[in-house]
Amino acid sequence: MAIWLTKDSKVIVQGITGGEGSKHTKRMLAAGTQVVGGVNPRKAGTKVDFDGTELPVFATVAEAIKETGADVSVIFVPPAFTKAAVVEAIDAEIPLAIVITEGVPVQDSASFWSYNVAKGEKTRIIGPNCPGIASPGASNAGIIPADITPQGRIGLVSKSGTLTYQLMYELREFGFSTAVGIGGDPIIGTTHIDALKAFQEDPDTDAIVMIGEIGGDAEERAAEFIKANVTKPVVGYIAGFTAPPGKTMGHAGAIISGSAGTADAKKAALEAAGVKVGKTPSETARLMREIMS
Amino acid sequence: MDLFEYQGRDLFERHGLPVLGGGVAETPQEARAIAERLGGKVVVKAQVKVGGRGKAGGVKLADGADEAEARATDILGMDIKGHTVHKVMLAETADIKEEYYFSYLLDRANRTFLCIASVAGGMEIETVAETDPDRVAKVAIDASKGVDEAKAREIVTLAKFPADVADQVVDIAVKLWQAFVAEDALLVEVNPLAKVGDGRVLALDAKVTLDENAGFRHPDHEALEDKSAVDPIEQAAKAKNLNYVKLDGEVGIIGNGAGLVMSTLDVVAYAGEKHGNVKPANFLDIGGGASAQVMANGLEIVLGDPAVKSVFVNVFGGITACDAVANGIIQALELLAQRGETVTKPLVVRLDGNNAEAGRAILDGANNPLVTRVDTMDGAAEKAAELAAAGK
Repeated sequence: MAIWLTKDSKVIVQGITGGEGSKHTKRMLAAGTQVVGGVNPRKAGTKVDFDGTELPVFATVAEAIKETGADVSVIFVPPAFTKAAVVEAIDAEIPLAIVITEGVPVQDSASFWSYNVAKGEKTRIIGPNCPGIASPGASNAGIIPADITPQGRIGLVSKSGTLTYQLMYELREFGFSTAVGIGGDPIIGTTHIDALKAFQEDPDTDAIVMIGEIGGDAEERAAEFIKANVTKPVVGYIAGFTAPPGKTMGHAGAIISGSAGTADAKKAALEAAGVKVGKTPSETARLMREIMS
Repeated sequence: MDLFEYQGRDLFERHGLPVLGGGVAETPQEARAIAERLGGKVVVKAQVKVGGRGKAGGVKLADGADEAEARATDILGMDIKGHTVHKVMLAETADIKEEYYFSYLLDRANRTFLCIASVAGGMEIETVAETDPDRVAKVAIDASKGVDEAKAREIVTLAKFPADVADQVVDIAVKLWQAFVAEDALLVEVNPLAKVGDGRVLALDAKVTLDENAGFRHPDHEALEDKSAVDPIEQAAKAKNLNYVKLDGEVGIIGNGAGLVMSTLDVVAYAGEKHGNVKPANFLDIGGGASAQVMANGLEIVLGDPAVKSVFVNVFGGITACDAVANGIIQALELLAQRGETVTKPLVVRLDGNNAEAGRAILDGANNPLVTRVDTMDGAAEKAAELAAAGK
C-alpha cells in the first residue's frame, strides 16, 4: 500500500504528444507505471509508440476513462492551456489529477480550485508546479526519478522537487511508501496537511518527512495539524533561512512578505508541535535515521 | 511584479476607476510642465516601491508650477529606505473629508481571494487590524463568481461604509475587481480611498502587484518593468533565461530546483560562520532538465560577478543528467579561456542522482586545477566557504 498512487493505478497523460509529456510517459512506463493512454483532441484516435508500448490517444479525459478505466491523470500541457486541462479532468471526475506544469497564473489555479470545490471535490489535484507523486516499487506519476530509493516505510511530502530527491536519496537505506511533491506555487490543490493526514492513516507508513520553504503559512498550519492529529513521528526541513525578504526565490510562492513567511517562524511552529527540524537536508536525514533505526 | 503608484493610477484610470489627474516626471522641468497642465495646487510624490515615503519627506504640496519644479528638484535623487527616487508623480490635490481602505489580494491559506475594506483608511491596514479589528472587514471572494453588485454591496455593508458614499463604493468595488481579474493582479490596494469636498469618492493611491506567470497573456506588462532598479547581473541572467537573484555574499551558487538552491544558500551561510562569515553571492536555479549549455550560461554569469570568490555547483540530477552538468562546467571553462578571460576562481562541485558516476568521472578526467569535487552537499559547502574566505 501507499497513499493515493498504487500499483493498480491506471494513469493517463494530458499532453502525451508534447515534448515533456512524451519524455515523461516513457520514464513512467520504464518505472513500471500502468500508463494506459493519453489525451490530445487534435490527435484523437491515433496511437503513440513508447519503446514498443503502443498507447491510444483520446479526445477527452472522459473518453479516456471510459475506454481504459484510468483513475489518475498527469498533466503536462503548457501554462496557457493548463486551466482548461484541469477543468476537463474535474468534469470527468478523475480521482487524481497531477499538474506538473510550471508558470500557471494564480488566477487560473484559483479558478480551477474553486471549480473543483463547487463540483464537490471529487478530484484530488496535486500541484501545479510540482514533480508529482511516486510510490517506489509500485507506480510513478510525474517526474520524480523512479530509481532513487526502493519501497519502504517512510512517507514524504514536499514543496520542492529536488529536495524531495535529495531526502529520498539520503534515506534510501530505508525506502519510501510514497513521496508527494505538492509544488511551490501560492495556490496548490494538495497541501502538507492533506498528505500528513493520508500518511497518518496509511498502515504502510511508519514515519513522515515534511519539507517546506519560505512564503505563506502552510507549514505553520501543518504544525497545528500535526499537534492535534498526527501520532507518527514527523521530521521536518525548511529551506530559505537566509533568503532576503521581498525577493521571489525561484518558486512563485517562495517569498517572505514583511515579517510573514520566514523559515524561522515555520521551524518554531513545527518544533512547538513536537516535530524535529533539521538544519540541513543531511541533518534532517540523520534525525529520521534515528527514528527508523 | 510590484508597480509604481503612477503605473497603478494609470491602470486604475484605464479600468474606469475614479482617480485624480496626474502625470509622472523624471526631471524638474517635466514636473513643471505637468503642474502647468494640471493647474493650481499639486502634490509631488516620490515614486518608490517601499512604504513610509511621506515620513521620509517624499511627498510635498506645491502651489503652482514654480513650486512644483522646486519640490521635484528636492525629491528626485532622494534616498528612501535604500531606494533612489528616479521619478515623481504629480497629481491634483483633493479636499479630503474621509479616508477609507479597500483591497483585493490573494488568500493562500484558503486558496482564493480576499477583500479587505475599512472605513479607517490613510494608515497601515495592519495597524488598524491590530488596534481596531472591528473596523476591518475581510470578505472571501470566490474566484469563479467574482465581485458583482450584490457581492460589492455585501462588502460595503460589512465594512460599514457611510450611506452617502455606499453606491459609489459599490461601483468602485466592482470595477476594481474587474481590473484585478483583467490584469492578472495578485494585489490591488487603494489607501486612501477618499471622500472629497464635493462628495465624490476617489482612489488617491494605487498599489498593484501583477502575476508574472500571466505575462503570456499581457504583452503590455513587460513595459511596466522597472529596468533602472534591476541589478546589471540580474539583467544579464534574465537575458539568458536564467532564474537568478543577486545576493550580497562571496560564494557563487548554482543548483537545480528552487528548493535545493534555497537549501544550498542556507548550508553555505552556516558553513560561512566558520570561514570569515562568507555568505552566498546569489541564487541561481538552472532548473530541471538543464543542458550543458544552460550550465555554461549559469557559470558565465556567476563567474562574471566581481563579488564572487568561489563557486559552489550543487546538483541533484532528477531529470537533469549529471554528465551533462559536468560537460557544461568543462565547456564553460574552455569557452571563457578561449575568449581570453582567465578564470581564477575555484569551483566546488557536488553531483548526485541521475548519471552521477558518469558526471564525476568527466570532472575527474578533465583534471582542471580550479575544480574540486566533493561527495556531500555539507562537505562541498564547507569547502566552497573555506575557498571564498581565502580569496577575500
